[in-house]
Amino acid sequence: MLLQQVVNGVMLGSTYALIAIGYTLVFGVLHLVHLAHGEVFMIGAFIGLYVVLWTGGGVVPALVGALLGTALLGVLIELVAFRPIRARGGHFLAPMISTIGVGIVLQEVATRLFGSELVGFPHRLEPVTFRLGPLTVTSLQLLILGVALALMIALHVFVARTRLGMAMRATAENLLTARLLGINTTRIILLTFAIASALGGAAGVLVGLSFNAISPFMGIDMGVKGLAIMLIGGLGNIHGAMLGGMALGVIEVLSVAYLASSYRDAFAFAMMIAILLLRPQGLFGSAEAVESRV
Amino acid sequence: MIDPYTESVLIFLGINTVLALSLALPVSAGLLSLGQGGFMAIGAYASAALTTWYGAPFPLALAVGALLAALAGLAVGFPALRIKGVYLLILTMGFGEIVRIFFLNFEPTGAASGFGGIHQATTLTGVTVTVVVLLLFFAQIRGSRIGRALEALREDELAAEVMGIELTRLKLAAFGVGALIAGLGGALYAHYALFIDSAQFGFHRSAEIFIIVLLGGMGSFWGAVAGAAAVTLLPELLRVIQEWRMTFFGTLLVAMMIWRPWGLIGRPRPRLIPGTPDA
Repeated sequence: MLLQQVVNGVMLGSTYALIAIGYTLVFGVLHLVHLAHGEVFMIGAFIGLYVVLWTGGGVVPALVGALLGTALLGVLIELVAFRPIRARGGHFLAPMISTIGVGIVLQEVATRLFGSELVGFPHRLEPVTFRLGPLTVTSLQLLILGVALALMIALHVFVARTRLGMAMRATAENLLTARLLGINTTRIILLTFAIASALGGAAGVLVGLSFNAISPFMGIDMGVKGLAIMLIGGLGNIHGAMLGGMALGVIEVLSVAYLASSYRDAFAFAMMIAILLLRPQGLFGSAEAVESRV
Repeated sequence: MIDPYTESVLIFLGINTVLALSLALPVSAGLLSLGQGGFMAIGAYASAALTTWYGAPFPLALAVGALLAALAGLAVGFPALRIKGVYLLILTMGFGEIVRIFFLNFEPTGAASGFGGIHQATTLTGVTVTVVVLLLFFAQIRGSRIGRALEALREDELAAEVMGIELTRLKLAAFGVGALIAGLGGALYAHYALFIDSAQFGFHRSAEIFIIVLLGGMGSFWGAVAGAAAVTLLPELLRVIQEWRMTFFGTLLVAMMIWRPWGLIGRPRPRLIPGTPDA
């Protein structure tokens, strides 16, 4: 039974990891905590839902729609609420506070557009159950894990192997030096927002599929969880965020199975606070990375 | 006599002012918190339980609620000594969510269905007295040793410590007293709203308190009062704002960070070296 719970946890954790990677990308490149990211994730879920309703149940169009739509939203957020503040070089917390404002606006607009109730997320997916010895895995779970892993691998290849990915790493390392070396950092920042938001939007669709319920308020909880994972994995560490997401998924599922189920979300936050206090560099981060980023 | 509508607006103005002051104190020491809603919840639930279940007198319930919130504040403030900036903001956000989830599941206080049947005990006179006392307290602090120490702490922690300011005690005190005031605000709120549930004290509430303080400008007590007035009164005066309340204030927050990051009132602080961004 324990193994089955761990498998379920990894499935859940893979969507958490996607959200956390979005935070991590933006933080890694800009040292900005993007507090509207949870709302971007929520918008992604709704874009997915409407694509499903229009096209009649295709998961692939829903994912593509959410990826593109939220990438666009990310670009818009960067242009409207981030770039002008950076250009004026105000207080170091000003950009983050601005993203709080963006999140509040997105949530109210979504409430007006989509209503404030929980809505189902229909999909026409053959409900097949696979058995692997004592383990059972549904086709839906496999799809979610597959999409999440594919996106993570694509991101890894992009960041590690491509020229643009190298430029992004250089910008994260030192923005000024990167610019001196001829990298168009303005464009890299825009690209970072787009990729981070797209991953969040895809996670929105996956969460909608797995819980079969979405609401305009789902962004807050998931947003704080994503932040928790980013901290657990180590600020700005993409691989840490992947592992941290899986870890949180497993811990949550286990806490539901063996402890009090109604407090499952509280475990995530308690774990985050414990990590902040005991190991502020995260489980996979190094101490000097924190020193330079606080 | 004033009509019931004006009275209710004034009471909410008072409660919002109390909440704004609860955040203005830690902010004046450079400690940002997105978890004031959590402290408010503790004050609200504790005081409501005392008056509703045990028939405790309101002032006693108010004091107990505020003290419990202060204890929570000290518990949260202790880690605040080690971390700052972004980390502290995320930690307080996590704390606020933990408190909300706790009350969402805590059966004795109604869990998800909320806590009703609270007697009305918050009056305009009571709120006014609370606000005046708090303002006197803040006015006393401002020019005093403590006030100057807080300012030094906000401007440059290292320099403040070198000047002999006890960072630990000052930070803990600012956070604890801030939580105490938030608890007080929560207790006043509970005995006027008469029904409370966990959703009222979630991230939204914390963000609203945060907005109030930022509108007025970080580190200014009078700014917090002005911010509370703006957030309470503007939606009453303009229907459009009432309908799109959070959108309006969210947009205002973004616009402010672009053009007036130091707050709507007041002036920007002079920079040490002209032309360089603030640290």
